Amino acid sequence: MTVFRPFSEADALRSDRSAGDRKRHREKLRRAIRDNIADIIAEESIIGRARDRIIRVPIRGVKEYRFVYGDNEGGVGQGKGDTRPGQVVGRAGQRGRGEVGPAGNQPGADVYETEITLEELVDIMFEDLELPDLERKILRNVLSERVARRKGYRRQGVRAHLDRRRTALQRLKRKVATGRVAAPASPAGTGEEPRFPFHRDDLVYRRLRTDPREESNAVVICIMDTSGSMDRLKKYLARSFFFLLYQFVCTKYNNVDIVFVAHHTEAKEVTEDEFFRRGESGGTMISSGYRKALEIIHERYHPAHWNIYAFHCSDGDNFESDNEEAMRAARELCRVCNLFGYGEIKPMGSHYYESSMLERFRELGADNFQAVLIERREDIWPAFRAFMSRDREPVEAE
Amino acid sequence: MSGVAERIRGSDWTLADLEYWDARIREKVAEFGLDCYEQEFEICDHHAMLAYMAYHGMPAHYPHWSYGKAFEQIKTMYDYGVQGLPYEMVINSDPCLAYLMRDNSLCLQILTIAHVYGHNDFFKNNFNFRIATDARETIARFKAHADRIRAYIEDPSIGAEAVERLLDAAHALALNRNRNLARRRLSPEEQRRRLLERRHRPPDPFATIHRREEVPEPDLSRVPLEPEEDLLLFIRDHNPNLADWQKDVLTIVDEEARYFIPQIETKIMNEGWASYWHHRILNDLDLPQGLHLEFLVRHNQVVCPHPGSLNPYHIGFVVWRDIEERFGRDKMFEVREVDRDVSFLRRFLTPELMRELDLFTYRPRGEHLVVTKVADEENWEEVKRELLRRVGTGNIPIIRIHDADHRGRRALYLVHEHDGRDLDMTHAEKTLGYVRELWGHDVYLETRLRGKRALLAMTAAGFDAKLLN
Repeated sequence: MTVFRPFSEADALRSDRSAGDRKRHREKLRRAIRDNIADIIAEESIIGRARDRIIRVPIRGVKEYRFVYGDNEGGVGQGKGDTRPGQVVGRAGQRGRGEVGPAGNQPGADVYETEITLEELVDIMFEDLELPDLERKILRNVLSERVARRKGYRRQGVRAHLDRRRTALQRLKRKVATGRVAAPASPAGTGEEPRFPFHRDDLVYRRLRTDPREESNAVVICIMDTSGSMDRLKKYLARSFFFLLYQFVCTKYNNVDIVFVAHHTEAKEVTEDEFFRRGESGGTMISSGYRKALEIIHERYHPAHWNIYAFHCSDGDNFESDNEEAMRAARELCRVCNLFGYGEIKPMGSHYYESSMLERFRELGADNFQAVLIERREDIWPAFRAFMSRDREPVEAE
Repeated sequence: MSGVAERIRGSDWTLADLEYWDARIREKVAEFGLDCYEQEFEICDHHAMLAYMAYHGMPAHYPHWSYGKAFEQIKTMYDYGVQGLPYEMVINSDPCLAYLMRDNSLCLQILTIAHVYGHNDFFKNNFNFRIATDARETIARFKAHADRIRAYIEDPSIGAEAVERLLDAAHALALNRNRNLARRRLSPEEQRRRLLERRHRPPDPFATIHRREEVPEPDLSRVPLEPEEDLLLFIRDHNPNLADWQKDVLTIVDEEARYFIPQIETKIMNEGWASYWHHRILNDLDLPQGLHLEFLVRHNQVVCPHPGSLNPYHIGFVVWRDIEERFGRDKMFEVREVDRDVSFLRRFLTPELMRELDLFTYRPRGEHLVVTKVADEENWEEVKRELLRRVGTGNIPIIRIHDADHRGRRALYLVHEHDGRDLDMTHAEKTLGYVRELWGHDVYLETRLRGKRALLAMTAAGFDAKLLN
């Protein structure tokens, strides 16, 4: 006799047997992405993209390996009835294409890539990073979040905040207090209990208080050299670096101001979009960028009230005459900033013949100064880590 | 049962409907002479169905992230409506257990029930299943495996991480085991005796007429005595550093692989057989016209070609139908008992059928996969040969342990029985890493790469591949 076991909604709701294994799989996916972050960041296509853009990320490490035959061994397939030699039937390198086996007992197609949004990727990247030394400044805290919290109860309130359980309890208490419960409700036969309606005094409302969560202010000043000597590659490297910085700030803090300063011989405050896209020409006077930054700080971000982080990317090809002035401005920046960073962009080998500010800036000797050298795409992530990591291990210049 | 007549929300059938059609189908099953286990159906929603599929249909199964991955993959396919997602899941157990998806239409349920009886009969009668699995114990055994592995995970001296690592490695090697389950495993003592008998044969009175091949004195100190296919079991028995729980986990993984080998070996036959019978039975049921039309549509969805790959339902169905036409029903029952995919296709896939199925071979050329040969007059044998190499366990490379004390350093020496197809190097590297982890010493794998002998090594220094002379 065949047995039919009917569907049970309750059982279905109770059991999600694969939940644990799915969670573990996603953890592994995430870790795989994190392990390959340098490769992914170095991919040109993600720089300067919108945050909700979906990118395909190659995944290693969540594949299940076993001894299998290689992809170039070909195979046997079925056609629709008119297949001819020489016909193209698919793309190479896609193992298991279309093989949706019925019972799941055969090693099927493996996922080589996964799709995540840029936002998710950025989250993963910055999971283990935090802005350094964020001091809590006492003055002018930014209201970063307004959280409504329950705090006790009260007699008056709006309908939506009525606490029904407590109200019912109040009524019961009153009923007991009046002694009506003890007495048998009514002579047998009528079966009806006298009504005992709610009274206005029974009503209990939840008291809600909005808690502003206090957070320190931070401003990040991105300064970039857009002079003529900054060629495509250099700009690209600088942009990548700022892109990371920008994404990082957006991820970690809700209320951080960001200022973009582009400079060649003159400096200008620009919008984010202009900052990442525009190209300029002309010579380089680093001091102009620093002066502009100082000016902005002076006008809008008083160091007593704000945590200031300034970062500068340049190829270090500064006018000789400007070096003294640049040093002075840098010293000033070190004084007002929590952290001042300088990233020198020197595509492979070019630091042998181009002038460099790295050596000069080393003389600054300030604790809150960090300089790194970026020679190629792969350096971006370590350089960024060096900037951001709390222990601030200096990155070797070579 | 109360609520039997109650219509299930959103569907066009009641449990009473299913019971009615099941009774009618069973009449047909008996009439046609199918020989089934008792049958049980469980109705589930699509989420539970996906979970059953991820865990091979087992009501209880040990946890591992790969099943979470399987779930996500199947769910993605389901969400994107990829064709070919099964309407049913049935497992080889006694009583036979199958799942019906709640959201399916009445017609699909009827089709599925008939289809399931086909599988049920196949499980009970095909020799692959008969010798390899004890259907009465299937579910209990998987439950016991799950309990044991969970116990190891919860054991504070072992923990989830160690268990996961071991399962990762064991899963990688699970299918590199003896696939011919009808062949009994010889004990080392029997192997020894056989080797000695081969060396010391009785004198041959005709030795002067035809010389016998000289058999050298066998080296009886060698481990293994004969090349060994069961990687996991060999490591379990010969690595003295494995703890009891580790040996148990290897045993569990090997037992599961053993359970699935018959399904891998008979995929085409089994699906074809079930499709043949649902087709035959439903045509005999006098379905009302609406149901019958839907049945025709659904049946054609199940047994249509999947261009570029192979649809086992389609190939199996076509071959079975042809067997019936040419040899009659009785022959079909005989074949379903004694064959597996390789022998089934070798014996019954004719050039005419190959042309009907439009089978071809392809190779990658640049970015594309290009058809190299079709099943025409000159090439059908070649296409068939290629097909036979790839069905069943033919897609799993054969790898044997030849020496467990290579160069006197307890290194494991593996040999890949190369059949013209090269191994995938990335997979080989990672998998050798797993072998080394389980074995605890260096591992070598001899194979061929682009026609030349090659030796892959996984040592303390990492992975290395070099060509041999």
